[in-house]
Amino acid sequence: MNLHEYQAKQLFAEYGLPVSQGIAVDTADEAVAAAKEIGGDKWVIKAQVHAGGRGKAGGVKLVSSEDEIREFANRLVGTNLVTFQTDEKGQPVSKIYVETCTDIERELYLGAVIDRSTQRITFMASTEGGVEIEKVAEETPEKILRATIDPMTGASPYQGRDIAFQLGLKGKQINQFANVFMKLARLFDECDIALIEINPLVVTTNGDIHCLDAKLSIDSNALYRQKHIGEMRDHSQEDERENQASEFNLNYVALEGNIGCMVNGAGLAMGTMDLVKLHGGQPANFLDVGGGANKEAVSEAFKIILSDEGVKAVLINIFGGIVRCDIIAEGIIGAVKDVGVSVPVVVRFEGNNAALGVKTLAESDVDIIAATSLTDAVEQVVKAAGGA
Amino acid sequence: MSILIDKSTKVICQGFTGSQGTLHSEQSMAYGTKMVGGITPGKGGQEHLGLPVFNTVREAVETTGAQTSVIYVPAPFAKEGMLEAAAAGIKLIVCITEGVPTLDMLVVKASLDAQGVRLIGPNCPGVITPGECKIGIMPGDIHLPGKVGIVSRSGTLTYEAVKQTTDLGFGQSSCVGIGGDPIPGSNFIDILGMFEDDPQTEAIVMVGEIGGTAEEEAAEFIKSNVSKPVVGYIAGVTAPPGKRMGHAGAIIAGGKGTADEKFASLQAAGVNTVKSLADIGKTLQEVTGW
Repeated sequence: MNLHEYQAKQLFAEYGLPVSQGIAVDTADEAVAAAKEIGGDKWVIKAQVHAGGRGKAGGVKLVSSEDEIREFANRLVGTNLVTFQTDEKGQPVSKIYVETCTDIERELYLGAVIDRSTQRITFMASTEGGVEIEKVAEETPEKILRATIDPMTGASPYQGRDIAFQLGLKGKQINQFANVFMKLARLFDECDIALIEINPLVVTTNGDIHCLDAKLSIDSNALYRQKHIGEMRDHSQEDERENQASEFNLNYVALEGNIGCMVNGAGLAMGTMDLVKLHGGQPANFLDVGGGANKEAVSEAFKIILSDEGVKAVLINIFGGIVRCDIIAEGIIGAVKDVGVSVPVVVRFEGNNAALGVKTLAESDVDIIAATSLTDAVEQVVKAAGGA
Repeated sequence: MSILIDKSTKVICQGFTGSQGTLHSEQSMAYGTKMVGGITPGKGGQEHLGLPVFNTVREAVETTGAQTSVIYVPAPFAKEGMLEAAAAGIKLIVCITEGVPTLDMLVVKASLDAQGVRLIGPNCPGVITPGECKIGIMPGDIHLPGKVGIVSRSGTLTYEAVKQTTDLGFGQSSCVGIGGDPIPGSNFIDILGMFEDDPQTEAIVMVGEIGGTAEEEAAEFIKSNVSKPVVGYIAGVTAPPGKRMGHAGAIIAGGKGTADEKFASLQAAGVNTVKSLADIGKTLQEVTGW
C-alpha cells in the first residue's frame, strides 16, 4: 500500500526526521490559507498522487503569490496527473500540499527497500539525485552506495557515517545523515515498510540535511498490525474494480483486451493470460480467485469481469486444489442468475471435484462451452471472442 | 529415493486443531503421510484425528521424535511458529500460511539459516513425494510416483506441471512448491541441487514467474551444477508493468525480473524453455526421448 508525500512526511515528523513545515489541502481557498499560516513569501506547492516524476509533469511549483497558488490549485485539483511512472490516464489529484520553501545547496538520493537476493533491508544512496537515478544505477552502479541491515542486529550508526563520508558530507552533516539513516531504519522496521525513497535528500544553504521529498510503501501483509497507517489508504489512487475485488479477497487487475479471465492462483492466472496471448487473443484482466474462494466471491468475480464492457468472451480456468470446482460452478450460476450474461463462457475444470463441477454447469440453464483441455479452452475462447 | 521427505518421515502439525490444519492433516493422513501429532497451545493432552495434541513443539518433538513440521497457523503467528519449531529441533519446516509480513521473514530466514533448519514456504502448497508422503495442500490424486522433479513458485502452476507428467506416465520423484513470497525459506537453487543429487530424479521441471531474480540466479546455478535435463516455464509475459512509486525497486532489480529476461537467462543456461504452459510435459518428452 502506497502513501502520499504528505502522509509519509507526517510519519517522518513523528520519527523526528527533518521535513519542511507543510499543510495538505483540498481547495484553492484552503491552499491560500495554508500558505498564510505557514508564513513567509515563497512556498512549494505539490500535487499529491501515488507516482514519481511529478516535477517534470507540472505537478510541483514554486509560488510566491496568492494568484499563483490559486492558479495551481484550480488547474490541478480534480484532474489527473500523468507522469512517466503512471499509465496514460494518470492519477487523480484530490489533495495538494503547501510547504515552506527550502534553499538547496546539494541534492542527494536516499532509498531503502527489501532486497530479495540478499534477503536484507538495503539502503541505497547517491550523489546523483533526481529522476536519472535509475540510469545511474544501470550505467555506473559503483555510484550507488549501499548499506545492508542485518535482521538480527539492526542498523548501526557507523553504517550511516560510512555512507555520509562517501557522499562527501562534512562536519555536522555526518552525524545529521547518520541520524536520518538510523531513524529511517527504525521507521522501516516499526512500520513494516516495503519501500522508502527520499529523492532528493538535500543539503540546505545553511548546511543542514533535509528530507525534501518522501515516498513510502507499506507491506500490505502487515496492515493488520499497522492500523494507523492502514487508515491513510487513499482508494481514489487505486483502480475501482481492483478495490471492489479486494473486498472479496480477489486479486484483480484490469487490462486492455477482450477476453475476461477467471483463474485460481496467481501463477496459473498469469500463465492463462500468457496462453491467451500466445493463441492470438488479448486478456481483458488478471483475476485470481484465490485458494479459499467461496460461492459469493466467485459470483462477485464473475460480475467484476462482466462489468468490463470490452469483454467479448470469458475463460474460466480452475485447477482445484483446495478450491472445489463444484463450488466455483455454483458461483458462476449464481452470478449469471443475478446479472445475466450475453457473452460466451468457456470453462475448463481440473482437479478437486472437476467432474461434479462440469455436471453442475451442464445441468443448469447457463450456457457454457466445456473445454476438454487447457489448450482447447484457450483456442475456444479466442474463437468465441472473434478470433485472433 | 526422493528429496526432503519419504515414507518414513514423521510429521507434526502446528495449528493442528484449526480448520485448515484439520482439513489438510486428514487428507495427508488419508494419502499415507506418517502424521504423529499436532500442536495447539492450551489443548495439550487432548486427541485430534486420533493423534495426540501437544502444547508446545518441544513436547511434540520429545514425545514423537518428529523432525518435520507443517504450519497452518494464521499469518500473525507464523513467525513465532517457525521460530518455535526450529528451537525445538525440527529440521524441516513446511509453512503453508499465506500473508506473512516480509519483515517477519527476514528475521525467520536469518535465524533458521544460522540453525541449519530447512524451510519450505511460506505461502506455498507444500512438498509431496508421490505414493509416500504428502505435506501440504496439493491434491494428492493427480500425482504419480516417478522420475521428474518439479519445483515451482506457484501452487496451481505446479499442479499443471504435475498433471502433464502424470498423464504421460513419467510421474514425479518429488514436487516442491517454494512459494511466491519475496523472501522464501528455500529458493530454486536449494531444490535444484537436491534434485541433481537424487538418483530417482531423471529430469527437472522448473516453474517460475515474474518478479525478483530467483530464476536468473537459478539459471546461473544450472549452468555449472545441473547435468540433468531441465524444462523451464515462466508465467507473466503478458503481465502489465505495475504503477510505480519511485526508483528504489528498479535500482535493486537492475533491469531484471521480467519474464523475457528470465526466459533469456534460462535459455542461456541450456534450459529447455516452453512458452505455453500446456507444453511442459510434451517438451519434457522431446528432450528426454522418453
